[in-house]
Amino acid sequence: MTRIGLVVNPVAGLGGRVGLGGTDGPDRTRVALSLGARPLAGARAAAALGELAARSGRLTEAGRPAWDGRGSDSTAAARPAPSRRTRASADLTACAPGGQPDASEGTAQASATTRERTPRPVPGHRADATEDPAPKELSDTQAGAPAIAPVGDPPGSGLLVVTAAGPLGADSVAAAGLAGRVVYAAGAGRDTSAADTAAAVRAVVAEGVDLLLFAGGDGTARDVLGALRDVPCPVLGVPTGVKMHSAVFAISPRAAGEVAAAWLARRSTVRLRDAEVMDRDEDALSEGRVASQLFGWLRVPDIPARVQQRKTGSTATAPDAVGGIATDVAERVGDGLLVLGPGSTTRAIAATLGADVSLTGVDVLRLRPGHRPRIVARDAGEDTLLSIGPAWIALSPIGGQGFLLGRGNQQISPRVLRAAGGRERLLVLCTEQKLAALGGRPLLLDTGDDALNAELSGHLPVITGRRRTSLYRLAG
Amino acid sequence: MTAPHAPVSVSPEEARIADKPRLRRFQQASWDEKLIFELGSPGERGVLVPATDPSIGKAEIPAALRRAEPPALPEMSQQQVLRHYLRLSQENLGADLNIDVGQGTCTMKYSPKINDQFVRDPRIAALHPLQDEDTVQGVLGIIHSLEQLLKEISGMDRVSLQPGAGSAAIYTNVAMIRAYFAARGELEQRDEVITTIFSHPSNAACAKTAGFKVITLHPDADGYPDIEALKAAVGPRTAALLITNPEDTGIYNPRIEEFVRIVHEAGGLCSYDQANANGILGITRARDAGFDLCHFNLHKTFSTPHACGGPAAGACAVSEDLAPYLPRPTVEFDGSTYRLDDDRPESVGKMRPFYGVVPNLVRAYAWIMSLGAQGLRAAAETAVLNNNYLLHKVRQIPGVSIPYAAGRPRVEQVRYSWEKLHEDTGLHSEDIGLRAADFGTHYWTSHHPYVVPEPMTLEPTESYTRADLDEYAAILAEIAREAYEDPETVHTAPHRSTIHRVRPEALDSPATWAVSWRAYRRKVLGEAGR
Repeated sequence: MTRIGLVVNPVAGLGGRVGLGGTDGPDRTRVALSLGARPLAGARAAAALGELAARSGRLTEAGRPAWDGRGSDSTAAARPAPSRRTRASADLTACAPGGQPDASEGTAQASATTRERTPRPVPGHRADATEDPAPKELSDTQAGAPAIAPVGDPPGSGLLVVTAAGPLGADSVAAAGLAGRVVYAAGAGRDTSAADTAAAVRAVVAEGVDLLLFAGGDGTARDVLGALRDVPCPVLGVPTGVKMHSAVFAISPRAAGEVAAAWLARRSTVRLRDAEVMDRDEDALSEGRVASQLFGWLRVPDIPARVQQRKTGSTATAPDAVGGIATDVAERVGDGLLVLGPGSTTRAIAATLGADVSLTGVDVLRLRPGHRPRIVARDAGEDTLLSIGPAWIALSPIGGQGFLLGRGNQQISPRVLRAAGGRERLLVLCTEQKLAALGGRPLLLDTGDDALNAELSGHLPVITGRRRTSLYRLAG
Repeated sequence: MTAPHAPVSVSPEEARIADKPRLRRFQQASWDEKLIFELGSPGERGVLVPATDPSIGKAEIPAALRRAEPPALPEMSQQQVLRHYLRLSQENLGADLNIDVGQGTCTMKYSPKINDQFVRDPRIAALHPLQDEDTVQGVLGIIHSLEQLLKEISGMDRVSLQPGAGSAAIYTNVAMIRAYFAARGELEQRDEVITTIFSHPSNAACAKTAGFKVITLHPDADGYPDIEALKAAVGPRTAALLITNPEDTGIYNPRIEEFVRIVHEAGGLCSYDQANANGILGITRARDAGFDLCHFNLHKTFSTPHACGGPAAGACAVSEDLAPYLPRPTVEFDGSTYRLDDDRPESVGKMRPFYGVVPNLVRAYAWIMSLGAQGLRAAAETAVLNNNYLLHKVRQIPGVSIPYAAGRPRVEQVRYSWEKLHEDTGLHSEDIGLRAADFGTHYWTSHHPYVVPEPMTLEPTESYTRADLDEYAAILAEIAREAYEDPETVHTAPHRSTIHRVRPEALDSPATWAVSWRAYRRKVLGEAGR
């Protein structure tokens, strides 16, 4: 039996489309929901599992996980092997109804090795939301007693998903039509929290899984990291956050399914690599820079084309190149509206044009030749962008990763892009250096809309200076 | 030695990769030599210039241009001058002293010394550009013959040797492309030039200077110029493709004919930047791949001194359709007399004064004539063999990788990357280059565009022996070993050179750079009013 772990952070990515940035903290989650945000992490996790199931026909009895003392490389072998509970001791009833969000109780199910490594408190991280009333959409799915039972029908592929109850995983497993074993449940009738993620991860890993999938963003990755300190369980992130700077995510939910299937099928040849867990450096942000901070490493299957790279710092945004790009954009837009995506490149371009825009939000500028741009909307959400009428959309890819859409700019949604006129109205801005640093990897799209991804895929001119473009490949 | 003229038989035993040679002891001479302006003493003379006959009178230099006082030239004896320059040469890693394969994309092949003797011949050295054509028939004959040779080498219909090499030649070709479309009334429509990221950056810069929009193609997943991107880029706005092949990575584009066809079908012209022609002489020809224009850097491929701050010589070659636009004057031959034709109404004009850098044209002519067709091909084949031999040795050095087109051979150069070594040790490519100076050799650290991280471009040409290449690879291997075991030694290099690290910031700022003694006194010594 091949065993996949799955832990979903159900609130991950809520802020994206409504222009809130991350949802770190219960307040942000509530605000996002009040603005009309829809949870999407569960569906994206289900998409990953669906892809995995579709590809899992070839899976055979996996035996011991490759990382368990006979890793595929020396680093893995040198790490302490995790203690695994035997099947016999994995009594599901041990996970009592009502759950135990407390970290020490959560680890009680895990081995002694794991128990000693309770996660470090993460500074500035979202608090346990026990006292906050749960938003309705979320609490509905886990009201009443948690379903501590296998869910879904085994498809006969020999695949078992070890997961947590309700929106923490079991819902996604059921949606994908897979066999599930629930080993953790959050408290009934309350919002889930970072502590739930950590406790669920520990419970799942204690069951012994061949690969742990988690669905969320950088904050979730940090929670997973905290729960897995020194446990060399292979991990892969299903991207569902707003911005993901970490290198532990597949490039799309479907790619996560692909990588998981490849890992399960070919563990003798696929290596693991230490991938960076990063998060936005809030101190730098307050100083007007987008920078990432490194929090540690998780071990992910090394399948470069399907697992994203970490974000690299905005290296020397060459003033001359930025000036050239800004002039070119102004010439193209003429008298019109310009939607400007987040990032330091776009911000520097706006500054050159004479507008001070936010670093992480999507802003709308009104350009007129010979005039300073006027800011029509700041931190615009999807609704605002749909209401402004015909506009050009200027985006800059995330350095190192190459993500153009679907990371940190979800408010520029498929509907917004279609309303603007698709690729004809899309201005991709990037310095030649930043483009070259991708090493030939394509610019990535993860809009959540396969048809739009396909429509935008292929070669697109990237503006690299005044009257200078590079034809570069976009891939969905 | 240049190229071998006869095939050399190599036994299987000899053919194996040679063992690591012993590294030589090297210590650069240090003379603590003053600047020449600080040497000598007032009144001391090296050469006595004959007095002018009073009847000749003074030259008619306008008063406004005359100096108020004589120039402050150093006054010293001939022997002092000779010693000064010999000492300076010992404080350098000159081309004649070291294994010069690390010049980036700036080919520095061996220039046979006999060619310099031709150039020193008074019949060349004493030429004056304003001499009457009747008195320079010999040198016009050399230029005309060299043009014929380069026509044969490129397959093109007409050649001009007037432009400088590199950017000057590329600009000349772009100017001809512009003139061609202007004459057809298509210039407004055709305003885009396509190039690739690994083509010499001068292609993009020259196109831009000439008023075109530039579209750059990136490599495909295999590391070759992306033909799908080309298809997406061409259209009715396409004026031309400017492409280097092999590109500066050393990768040869095997689909170059298809590239040319796609651009031609869109109505554009194709210009071949042959900056890296050292590995293709006598093997491929620009015209055979369908190109309309091409250029050679005589200083790179035809063994003349380098252009960098020196006397560049280039050759622009074009098809019959573009011949009317060649720079003027052209050298014409009616079967008995050579003459300069300045009456070319469609010409893009003069690219250089007079007719190019004659001494370098003579060197290139001598080099081609001494090798012949077979020799040129042997030179190219040896350059490719040397390059791939060095590639085989360098790829075994820890910390080195060869980005793009993994596992494929290269033509005459390779752009390597020390990215892994940098990640492991924190040392940069530049540090390794500086440490190489401690072994009496060097590599240049200019590898534009900086697309390959921590780049190192090696181009052995045909000039070096297997022992030379073994020694060079061994030096790199030794430095890589040091980088991992004793990074501080590399980080603080050079240790055996006359001068430690130069502060580049002084060279980067107009406030501090000094390209003349006068500027040095004003900016560095702070002497006002100079």
